[in-house]
Amino acid sequence: MKLLTHNMLTSHVKGVTKGYPLLIKATEVKVNEVEFNPQFVSRMIPKVEWSSLVQAAEQLGHRQDLPGELVPDYENNEEFLKKVHRVLLEVEVIEGCLQCPESGREFPISRGIPNMLLNEDEV
Amino acid sequence: MKLKELESCLQQVDAFEEPKILLEQYPTSPHIAACMLYTIQSTFDDIEGKLVADLGCGCGVLSIGAAMLDAGMCVGFDIDEDALDIFRRNAEEFEISNVDLVQCDLCSLEPDAYAKKFDTVIMNPPFGTKHNQGMDMKFLKAALTMAKTAVYSLHKTSTREHIQKKANDWGVKMEVIAELRYDLPASYKFHKKKSVDIQVDFLRFSKA
Repeated sequence: MKLLTHNMLTSHVKGVTKGYPLLIKATEVKVNEVEFNPQFVSRMIPKVEWSSLVQAAEQLGHRQDLPGELVPDYENNEEFLKKVHRVLLEVEVIEGCLQCPESGREFPISRGIPNMLLNEDEV
Repeated sequence: MKLKELESCLQQVDAFEEPKILLEQYPTSPHIAACMLYTIQSTFDDIEGKLVADLGCGCGVLSIGAAMLDAGMCVGFDIDEDALDIFRRNAEEFEISNVDLVQCDLCSLEPDAYAKKFDTVIMNPPFGTKHNQGMDMKFLKAALTMAKTAVYSLHKTSTREHIQKKANDWGVKMEVIAELRYDLPASYKFHKKKSVDIQVDFLRFSKA
């Protein structure tokens, strides 16, 4: 599970009003090389919840020097875009779970795939 | 990458080992997948550098093809972990690094789950023929919520009018890009014929 994907995931357990962001408890994390596309990264930045992204990277111990707030004129800042690229696309959670911040319900991640299926009584 | 090259690569993608009837699992043929993806990119420029979602991704043939056509990233969604496992193996074998996979039930998503998060949604959804009537429309509704620019999907030609009506209700534009013949080889024990041709529409949905 990449952090770009994690940034979109929410817990929809019945009764939960704020199931975002999901806390990441990882037991295995990998960093894989992904081809760098600066325009793509630049376009994704306004679409992500920045503070959730930074928090997620922090939880995985891969924040490095990613700033807590967006730098101005980031579209032309290749160094910054490369940092964002790494965190959005290259860091992957292989094993662990995602925890709903409100209900505490855990969604397992195995072999890189988060399981967001709810039980009958949670829908 | 040329169309023939893409098709030839996709022929190497592993399909379902034991397809589950109730989930209406059929592989998308490499030929249809390649034609779809190639058109989406060359005519509409909706794959390269874009964030793509593949709903009901199964073993990932559409996602892997999108990744090969340089999607920024493609996220595959499916309910079945066996299919996702095969998809994962396929991605590893092809060394595709710009895909991600999520296991979820697209029919019980919250109305604004993933709303407008993706540039493009591509899919070959279940047609709703196995005690799951209306499944194709549920997938379509989810897709239209998730996509910012366009949804590309396959649906039975016999449902074209019904879908057009729904599209009008939902305020979206529908284009029939092509009519295809989906050749389904016998894959379940109850199939008596060797293969059957189903008339299928390749549709594009976008803002009206």
